[in-house]
Amino acid sequence: MKKYILTSTLAALLTLGGLSVPALAGPEDVVVENAWSRASIGMNRPGAAYMKIRNTGDEPVTLIGLTTPLAMMPEIHETKTNAEGVSSMSPAGEIAIAPGESVALEPGGLHAMLMRLQEPMTEGDTFPLTLLFDDGGEMTVEVPILGIAARGPED
Amino acid sequence: MRRRAILGYGAAGVGAVALMLFVGWWQVDGPGGPEPVGQRPVALTEMDFRLTDHEGNAVGPETLIGRPTMAFFGFTYCPDVCPTTLSDISGWLDDLGDEAHEMNVAFITVDPERDTVETMAEYVGYFHPAIRGWTGPEEQIARVADGFRATYERVPTESGDYTMNHTASVFLFAASGRFVTMIDYHEPREFAVPKIRRALEEETEGAT
Repeated sequence: MKKYILTSTLAALLTLGGLSVPALAGPEDVVVENAWSRASIGMNRPGAAYMKIRNTGDEPVTLIGLTTPLAMMPEIHETKTNAEGVSSMSPAGEIAIAPGESVALEPGGLHAMLMRLQEPMTEGDTFPLTLLFDDGGEMTVEVPILGIAARGPED
Repeated sequence: MRRRAILGYGAAGVGAVALMLFVGWWQVDGPGGPEPVGQRPVALTEMDFRLTDHEGNAVGPETLIGRPTMAFFGFTYCPDVCPTTLSDISGWLDDLGDEAHEMNVAFITVDPERDTVETMAEYVGYFHPAIRGWTGPEEQIARVADGFRATYERVPTESGDYTMNHTASVFLFAASGRFVTMIDYHEPREFAVPKIRRALEEETEGAT
């Protein structure tokens, strides 16, 4: 039996399996910390969410996608800034996390890009974001929505 | 083998550019610095553009002369870099305290199609009150970017929308309009705030 541990600042929600995933098998424990996002202005703009994902197990885990009722197209994106100071953003593809390693989704780097919002992101609310792993495992994080000008999970 | 050699040259090239940028940052005012002169913004006094601020006022480079200026490019549909930059700048301005009100802070959109005056007004309202939002016709935005030696590019996204690649550095000008230095994206606050103070001090020197 696979176990994903979630430690979020505001809420913890454990999801084991989905409709098509009767049993989980594969990578070791995954811990998500300090999830946060910024409030949106309306629904036309994409949102972004950040968190730290730790693999505390003995085997690599690979994050292959996201789902959330908040956005029709949630996807891990990466911002890169080149030597000329020009920033660009593109899908990051699959994210492999080695045993004992962690991946930081943080401003200016990797982030959960929330395209096609289904409702505005309101400061003070939270929304569920499900991380999908290559072994069929998934894990739902309750992400707090902070102010538009928030700089980090503690704001 | 050949490919490996080319990769090696490429890596050496990247290293050389990084070193040049570091040296340029270190002695940005030094005569004959290694940073190519053509890549530095021209003085505000040499720029020529007409934009509108988020309160509907006509603005141009002359609006910025007489006080030190912090200016940067972005767009309000930007989910990551721009709110981060605006938050960083708001933090720097908080650190500066009263001095923040002695300078111009201009957030210039590279996406005038979506960033109307009203949109800019709503957006900048969430950040430090010193930050002004500037927009205008596409050809005027292009002139601003040209003067700043900044670039931007419209890129379609999978969701059917588009995003903008753009120069994310923050530019600092003295009250005279002379370019002082820039703050790279994600530069720590302990470097950024002294740079801003340097631009503020140039104003004092110019005044005496």
